[in-house]
Amino acid sequence: MKTPIYFDYSATTPVDPRVAKEMCRYLTMEDGLFGNPASRSHVFGWRVEEAVLEARKNVAALLNADSREVIWTSGATESDNLALKGTAHFHAKKGKHIVTCKTEHKAVLDSCRQLEREGFEVTYLVPEPSGLIDLSKLEAALRDDTILVSIMHVNNEIGVIQDIRAIGELTRSRGIIFHVDAAQSAGKVAIDVQDLDVDLMSFSAHKVYGPKGIGALYVRRRPRVRIEAQMHGGGHERGMRSGTLAPHQIVGMGEAFRIAREEMAAENERIGWLRDRLLHGLRDIEETYINGDLKRGVPHNLNISFNYIEGESLMMALKDIAVSSGSACTSASLEPSYVLRALGRSDELAHSSLRFSIGRFTTEEEIDYAVKLLHEKVGKLRKLSPLWEMHQEGIDLESVQWAAH
Amino acid sequence: MAYSKKLIDHYENPRNVGVFDKKDQEVGTGMVGAPACGDVMRLQIKVSDEGVIEDARFKTYGCGSAIASSSLLTEWVKGKTLDQAAEIKNSDIAEELALPPVKIHCSVLAEDAIKAAISDYQAKQQSDDGREEEVA
Repeated sequence: MKTPIYFDYSATTPVDPRVAKEMCRYLTMEDGLFGNPASRSHVFGWRVEEAVLEARKNVAALLNADSREVIWTSGATESDNLALKGTAHFHAKKGKHIVTCKTEHKAVLDSCRQLEREGFEVTYLVPEPSGLIDLSKLEAALRDDTILVSIMHVNNEIGVIQDIRAIGELTRSRGIIFHVDAAQSAGKVAIDVQDLDVDLMSFSAHKVYGPKGIGALYVRRRPRVRIEAQMHGGGHERGMRSGTLAPHQIVGMGEAFRIAREEMAAENERIGWLRDRLLHGLRDIEETYINGDLKRGVPHNLNISFNYIEGESLMMALKDIAVSSGSACTSASLEPSYVLRALGRSDELAHSSLRFSIGRFTTEEEIDYAVKLLHEKVGKLRKLSPLWEMHQEGIDLESVQWAAH
Repeated sequence: MAYSKKLIDHYENPRNVGVFDKKDQEVGTGMVGAPACGDVMRLQIKVSDEGVIEDARFKTYGCGSAIASSSLLTEWVKGKTLDQAAEIKNSDIAEELALPPVKIHCSVLAEDAIKAAISDYQAKQQSDDGREEEVA
């Protein structure tokens, strides 16, 4: 077993060696596959155009979509921007109201902020403590001038799966466009766009063992969804996203999504088993709190707060394992996780949270190592913590007058 | 974020962790910060009759920099008079540990903690004097 051990698959995944091998063929002179897929006049262009189409089919297949519904982008952030701004700008005459949720990714929230500056009005739903959206609250937020609802499929911090089928039923019947950020769900949760009333869906390759810098936006053809381009140029991607395609990246994403479709079921089972082993191993540590509803989440994620210990100091102690934290000290803003706070978690517990995300290359041995290390380090840091001492003495921390700074 | 060797040493091998009886007449206790802000520091000093800090203890809830700042502080105050200890600046701590800019507040908290511990000790002595006068 090599250390440090990677437990941050929700941040990014390593490229699968099978994917990397395929990508390399599209870079150098050797295989003659370096061409511009938009070159219509020679075989260098044709070959690569074919490879791009093959990749498009592989991405579409994971969603049960038509390959013509897949628009290449630079990643999920761009897909989110294109979906939100593209929809808002195209349909601004119809209405100016958008509904989203407070626990969305920043790519959605910051796009909404920009649209607010442009005169759109945005409703930010507060999720239930489980992390899930109450559908009746969503329905109540919909208005005659609502043009777009944007809700993520799987949350990046706590892993809960939103009921996008039910949300789609609400939006479709009202003629509202429904965008889903599926960056964290592709390859983890089965997606069938024929069976869902989803109009736009964002994807990223690097969360699915593909390369960074490539993503896709699914844009429904029936009923046809129209968006305004954000990037103008050569009219690539049916005018929705101009710019020379990056075949090595695209082929990588295609291969990654092909593998995901073939191996998802078996992989989920194995990862679920590992997550349960981790959870079981940590269960006897006192004062730990699971963030998000595990029964309604993907098996890849475990977000857990170790009360009375600050998350960053715990990560520093766990230098042999790579995890992430909702602690303010790990973010530039000095604010603890906005996702955990939106769930109603106290600032203290948000500061004390760690996110373990498990993936394709995680082993049983690595899980056992992490469990052992956590027992040791949580104990050490609690011995250092005045809050733990007060808790042991039965002092209610809520009753203390803190000198906030 | 890369931390200095000194910081990591104080974090991994914190000095003077523990607790004195805060009711003890020769002990001054300073507790600063708040759980909601992500750091709480408790610094205690034991002061001799001559006004010299003989020993110090701390416990800190916070990031690695906060733990290292308080550990360093306990080393620095030992042997100092109260006046000398009160002169320790957050910038001295930040410099010694090479704190990155986003962690400067940890050293500010440490300076607040020693100031709070000193004033707690001084308040105790005054009220003690008061009691003695009453008895007399």
